[in-house]
Amino acid sequence: MSDTTTPVGAPRRAGHQPAPAPSHLSGPILERARQLIGLYPEPRSALIPLCHLAQEQDGWLTPEAMVDIAGLVGVTPTEVLGTASFYDMLHTEPVGTHVVAVCTNIACLLGGAAELLEHAERSLGVNAGGTTADGAVTLEEAECLADCDRPPCVQVNHRFVGPQTAESFDRLVADLRAGARSDEIPPHGTLNRVVRTTGLGADRDRVAAERAVMAEAQSQRAAAAEAAKTATDGAPKAGGA
Amino acid sequence: MAVTEAPKIVTSRIGYDDSHTLERYLATGGYEGLRKALAMTPEAVAHEVDTASLLGRGGAGFPAGRKWAMLRKAPVTYLVVNGDESEPATFKDHLLVERDPHQLIEGVLIAAYALQVSQVFIFIRGEFALGLERVQAALNDAYAHGAVGGDIFGSGFSVDVVVHPGAGAYICGEETALLESLEGKRGFPRIKPPFFPAAIGLYGEPTVVNNVETMSNLPWIVLHGGAAFAALGEGRSTGTRLFALAGHVKNPGVYELEMVKTTFNDLINAPVLGGGIPHGRGLKAFIPGGVSAPWFGPDQIDLPLGQDEVGAAGSMLGSGSIVVMDDHTCAVRAAWRITKFFSRESCGQCTPCREGSGWLEKIMERIETGHGREQDLDLLLDACDNIAPGLTWPPQQTTICVLGPSIPSSIGSAVQMFRDEFLVHIKEGGCPYE
Repeated sequence: MSDTTTPVGAPRRAGHQPAPAPSHLSGPILERARQLIGLYPEPRSALIPLCHLAQEQDGWLTPEAMVDIAGLVGVTPTEVLGTASFYDMLHTEPVGTHVVAVCTNIACLLGGAAELLEHAERSLGVNAGGTTADGAVTLEEAECLADCDRPPCVQVNHRFVGPQTAESFDRLVADLRAGARSDEIPPHGTLNRVVRTTGLGADRDRVAAERAVMAEAQSQRAAAAEAAKTATDGAPKAGGA
Repeated sequence: MAVTEAPKIVTSRIGYDDSHTLERYLATGGYEGLRKALAMTPEAVAHEVDTASLLGRGGAGFPAGRKWAMLRKAPVTYLVVNGDESEPATFKDHLLVERDPHQLIEGVLIAAYALQVSQVFIFIRGEFALGLERVQAALNDAYAHGAVGGDIFGSGFSVDVVVHPGAGAYICGEETALLESLEGKRGFPRIKPPFFPAAIGLYGEPTVVNNVETMSNLPWIVLHGGAAFAALGEGRSTGTRLFALAGHVKNPGVYELEMVKTTFNDLINAPVLGGGIPHGRGLKAFIPGGVSAPWFGPDQIDLPLGQDEVGAAGSMLGSGSIVVMDDHTCAVRAAWRITKFFSRESCGQCTPCREGSGWLEKIMERIETGHGREQDLDLLLDACDNIAPGLTWPPQQTTICVLGPSIPSSIGSAVQMFRDEFLVHIKEGGCPYE
């Protein structure tokens, strides 16, 4: 039996079976996910922020998390994967606890980044894109990270760790493995540790009423300005006649 | 004089260690511009921005006042701030987002009031984890201070601001791609027309998209008046602007300079600015406005830092980033790396960009690594010509967005300026700089 109330283009599921209840994302993550969805006029806008949240829980974007996200924002899991796979920061395969990104774009290239990346590959024993056997480090060759006055630029889990030399890079990796910098560098996936603490503090009706009052005042001012302009434009003509 | 006494409009607080806090912001005149704006009519605030003739600081340089004026007839639904700074060697918004988030928020609120928008999204590049945290923390403090939210400062104006993280895609700096991303989709630029999201923007509603630096100028403009801003600079390039200087200079960094009054020579060589090229080397070339811009040689170093002046010389001031290459730099390698960037970041919608960037990168790589063929130079230019016919500046458009036609800039410049170097690579079967 077809569902005549489902608009064309809407997810087919909408008319047939409700999305399964989220079963993979943990309670606190789920609570933050629902808060995020509430910030947007359309739930789908929260898709990418929710992918970041799922990575905060698992370190990468698991198929199970994608099913949960799909249900939460009202799309299919395939659409979540199709969107996520476009973005460098969303990992649909497991990565190390620390994703170490070495920028080799033009400003860093001029500052010795290609040599640093070569050293990093040798020192870690993996090529760019690979993860060390102990799962501690995934090495990435990054595009410009916008810290170009301190080349070669390196980020760990999207935290800037300053310009690096071959020696300092090895110390950095040793520190990461020892957990010595875990205060400033959370595990991969945790992006924004500052949670929004507040809402708009005014309901939508009140906001709409405010806008209506202001729009009315604006159109009155515009009309008054127009009238004044007509009056001055008209004045010399009247005087000349 | 190389460096004028122009006031620091957007970098006045950068020297403080706590420049990102509400306490420091309030102690240095913070939110005074917003209070002043709220006492004015929205039209009067928009008029000040028009008078300032503030050019958008994102890269295209479109006047912010005119962008707003397109929407004055119809009610605007959304204001979106573009903080997806990813143009290689551009790092000015990174500074503003991390070091003065309240200034950005105040500018955003002023714009929201002028446009009578009640919903704002600040899109911040995902790789700026600290920036995201700083802006969210500042926003939480600003809500508590009464500057954002319901009935701000008792003015009867309510506005909500949401911080939205990007997820790593250069193309999302293109405003229609940014809107797609904000709608939870792949960052595919939208087909033009409409050329601006003014009519059909976020969720199909009228939307204004402005850059972080553009927004950060607004508190000063409202406090001091648009005329004071317009009195700085020259011609269409008014006010000050952030220039991000990188590459082979002694003091790379972000410098706020009065538009037009300073030259590239001043920026690169003045002791208080770039400090010159280290190791006693000479200048080979410089990129005047992000890697999408054609390169300049030493003979163009005396050009002023003005939008029209650089445009007339055949390049663009673009995102305001200047990359200096000394005379030990391999032009082939530099152009190859830039092409590789475009190839990686092409969204894949349009054939000339998707295929062209990949083939150009392969050809450039084989020349640099010593496997080039004699006919490769012609092949390079032929492929470039298919992406941007005629290789004119500004380039012809063959694709949905401007990423594609930006690809040939670096190769075209490198071949034109350093053809001999390409030939040496091909004839000697390797890079002479290694």
